[in-house]
This record gives sequence, structure tokens and C-alpha cells, in this order.
Amino acid sequence: MDILYSIFIDPFAQMIGAPDLLVQTLWDGLVGGMLYALIALGFVLIFKASGVFNFAQGIMVVFAGLTLVGLYEAGVPAFIALALAIAVMYGLAFAVERVVLRPLVNQPDIILFMATFGITYFLIGFGEFVFGGDPKVMITDDLYLPKGSFNVKMLGGIVNFQRLDIVAVVVASIMVAALAVFFSKTRIGRALRAVADSHSAALSVGISLEQIWVIVWFAAGLVALVTGIFWGARSNVSFALEVIALKALPVLILGGFTSIPGAIVGGLIIGVGEKLAEFYWGPLVGGGTDAWFAYVIALVFLLFRPQGLFGEKIIERV
Amino acid sequence: MRAPGGSQGGREAVAGDILLSVEDVSLSFGGVKAVSGVSFDIRKGEIRAIIGPNGAGKTSMLNVINGFYHPQQGRITFKGEARPRMRPHDAAHGGIARTFQNVALFRGMSALDNIMAGRTLKMNANFFWQMLRYGPAMREEVEHRHKVEEIIDFLKIQEIRRTPVGRLPYGLQKRVELGRALAMEPELLLLDEPMAGMNLEEKEDMSRYILDMNDYFGTTVALIEHDMGVVMDLSDRVVVLDHGIKIADGTPDEIKGNQAVIDAYLGVAH
Repeated sequence: MDILYSIFIDPFAQMIGAPDLLVQTLWDGLVGGMLYALIALGFVLIFKASGVFNFAQGIMVVFAGLTLVGLYEAGVPAFIALALAIAVMYGLAFAVERVVLRPLVNQPDIILFMATFGITYFLIGFGEFVFGGDPKVMITDDLYLPKGSFNVKMLGGIVNFQRLDIVAVVVASIMVAALAVFFSKTRIGRALRAVADSHSAALSVGISLEQIWVIVWFAAGLVALVTGIFWGARSNVSFALEVIALKALPVLILGGFTSIPGAIVGGLIIGVGEKLAEFYWGPLVGGGTDAWFAYVIALVFLLFRPQGLFGEKIIERV
Repeated sequence: MRAPGGSQGGREAVAGDILLSVEDVSLSFGGVKAVSGVSFDIRKGEIRAIIGPNGAGKTSMLNVINGFYHPQQGRITFKGEARPRMRPHDAAHGGIARTFQNVALFRGMSALDNIMAGRTLKMNANFFWQMLRYGPAMREEVEHRHKVEEIIDFLKIQEIRRTPVGRLPYGLQKRVELGRALAMEPELLLLDEPMAGMNLEEKEDMSRYILDMNDYFGTTVALIEHDMGVVMDLSDRVVVLDHGIKIADGTPDEIKGNQAVIDAYLGVAH
């Protein structure tokens, strides 16, 4: 009985008893979730337009962050380094299309997937070769990102907000909104979706696959750069960040591989769920739930809604 | 029966200049010869049928014309200009549109968006404005939407414009696909079995759209079709392929009486 009590009753009693702690937990989860969502968004962009699951998205986040900090450490002013990092991401998109995607046109998806493993290991090696393997500190001050935190009195307690987190949430929201409109309402967006649906038909109306692929990889690169800046500011820019990218997988299963809103909502659910589980239920199993809880949520979803919350329904005519 | 140069709806254009010519084109995949030494031309404003038994190389021929395949030998001249190793993108730029044998639509998108996609090349607001969806990009969007609505009216698919095309019945999917090709305002329209799998009524509708298109917009049409009745009624001239070789070329009347064609279709005792 005690066990049942501590699983089903006690945590909720705590939530009601200390609502300020609950708000704090929710907020922390939300911020973490937003960053998961950004990584997932990078995956979705590329998956939508080319049907390729880009295993390299995680390392792209690290690589983008490293490039920014590395350039700065080499004496480039911060905002010029930022512009250069954007240019490097464009160069990467261009190179990936030329060297990897174009020769593999019309190959099965699994081959392209394996090719993104190749890109991953290339970027790890190349990044370490150029910038070294040591963790770097993100240049938050020079990019005028705020630091420190402030407290808000609410619900009979104090909730602590990091200024950086607020900026991260705002920037991410703007970027997501812009991408969503871009994808659904413009010519290039339509062309992206067209390529996702049928290569040959897209070619026949004069859409250039090469151009579209460069655009999506560049967009994914930009998302990676933003993610790299904010993750880097919270911890460090190091190759360990790549592991966090794996968290995007449950997010994608939740949200559906082809949905931008799905990536966001999925990210938030995973982020919040993870924090709640860790804070209220974690002590029961000795903590450390954040390593696996997200995958459990994903598993449950796979059982009941395999296409995800927002995934395109698979329409099959028979 | 439509005779070339006949009086129906101003068919004088039939005797127009050569729009596209195929000269001595050969295409093989490894050891399999899909097309060998085929030559024919398509004149401005005509409806040109390409027929032949299964595996005759008809679709390969269309794929060569719009740049999906590159022939190992021979030459394609479009609008007086030979384009070696033309890519599909260039073909579309040059004014060649097509439909596919097994409907190739953007299944997740609405009928409207599918047809709008056909206007990709006509729209050119740059990336910056596209990102903002403002200014030139928005004006352009509205202007092209008008054109697309005209096409939707023409094909009488008003009520399905918001439906994802994956849910539409086959006949309507073919119609949307035709709409997408029309949206490109092509000079040459390649139709790969536009009536395959349709019932009689749908076939009549589709035939009427093809004729109207040809009459009103002056679109030159090259079509592959298996229904001989349709072919004989619609086309001005017919080219017949068999095992990748051209065996006949002429008006529907000439083709009907051609012994080689009859043999190819019915088989002949050797």
C-alpha cells in the first residue's frame, strides 16, 4: 500500500502543497523541451524534404557551436564570427548536396541514412582537427545574451527564471513560427513539400532537387547553430552535446517525423514530462530517470499512435 | 474523326512549324534496347499520339523528351535548339510539361497546392521575401492564385480544391495532375496514358479537356494512349513504336490501314 501511495497520491499532494515548486519544475521542463524541440526541428526539416533521417543533426549542432566559438577564439569579432558560422553552415549544406546526396540520387533511403552516419563521423573528425577536442565556453557576453536570473514571487513562494532561458524560448518561438509559415505558404515551401512527396513529379514541374536540398540542409544548419548557441550557453560546447541529440528521437516519435508543430509539442511534452518524473517520482527509484524516461513515453506512443501526434496519416488506397 | 487541317475550331495551326524533332534516338539500359533509331517530329499546335504494344518504348521516349533519360545516340531539337543532356529542370524551363503513367502527385498536399506547385517556375520572388511572406512574394502569390483558379474552373474541380489528393478517386487525381501540368502554361504537354483505368464517362471528359486545351490555349500535345478509339478521335498524327523501333507514322487513317501496325498489335505468323 505504501508503494501505491507514494506513486499515485504523494507526488500530487506535493504538487498541490507547493505550487511554486511545481511552476519551477514546469518552467525548467519547458526550457529543456524547447531545446529538444529545436534539435528535432532540424531532423524534421531534412526528413520532410528528402525522406532522409539525418543522423548528423546532433553533430551539426556541436559543429556549428564550435565554429562560432573557434572563430571567436581565433580573434574574429563575435558578430562577424556569427556571420561566418552561418556561411560555414551554408558551405556545409552545399558540400553535403554535392558530395553526398547528388551521387546517391534514387538510392534506397537506408543508403542515404547510412551516408549521414558518414557525415557524422566526418564532422567529428574534422571538428576535432580544426578546433580541438576540449570543451569550449559559449561567447554569451559578446553576443549580448543576458545572464543571471531573477526571482518572481508567486503562489506563496519564489520561482527563479534564468534570463538566458527566456531569450532562448523567445528566439526559438520566432524561428519556429517563421519556418512554419515558410513551409506551408510560399513557393519554396511548396517546392520542399513537393520534393518530399514525389521526386519525379517535382522534377517535371521544374523544381530543382539540388537547390531544394541545399536550402533544407542550410535551414537545418541554421537551426543547429541557434541550438548550439543556447545549449552551449547552458553547459559547454563539447562533443558530449551530441548525445543530447538522441533525445530528439523520442520527440520525433511523439510529434511525427514530418510535422513542425509536432516537433515543438513533442519536445515540450518530453521536456516537461522528464522534469516532472525526475522531481516527483525520481526519488522512488533512486533518481536518474532523465536518462530513460523520454524513451518510455515514446514507447507508449508507439503502441497507440505510431504516426505521432501530428504525423501525416498514412493514406493507402487498396 | 478529326482530320489534320480540318475546320474544327481553327485547326490551321496544325500545319505549323516543327516544335520538337527527335532524330535517330537510341536508348538502352545495359543490354536492353528500349528505343533504337527512332525519328519523328511534333508540329506546333497538333495533337500527336505515340502508340504501340506494351514495352514498345513509348514511356522511355517521353522520358527522353523531358530529360529524365539521356539517349546514348541521336538528337532532340526543341524550338529549333538542340539540347544535349537536357535535365528535367531545363525541359520544364523550356516549356515542356508532363503527366505520368501512374499518377505522380504530391499526395500530402491539397489539389490547390499541387496545381500551385506547377507555377513554381513562373514565380520568382526571392528567398528573402519568401521568408517574410510579404511584399513581392505576397503579390506574386495572389496573382498566381488567380491563374490557378482559372485552371480549376476549366477542369471543373472547384469542390475538391482543399482535399489532399491522396484521398481523391483515381479519375480526379488524373485531372489534378493535368491541372498541374497546365499551370505551367506549357508549349508542349506530354501525357502518359491520360485515360488509363478510367471508365467511359471519365474518358470522354478527359478527351474533351485535351481538345479544349489544344483549341483554346494552343497547347501542343504528345500523348501515349492504349484506347484506339480515343487515339483515332483525338490525334492529328500518330507514330507507332514496336520493340523500340518506329514502324509507322501518319494520320489516323493511314495508321488504321497499315499492315505493319496490325501485325504488331495482333501478332503475325512467322
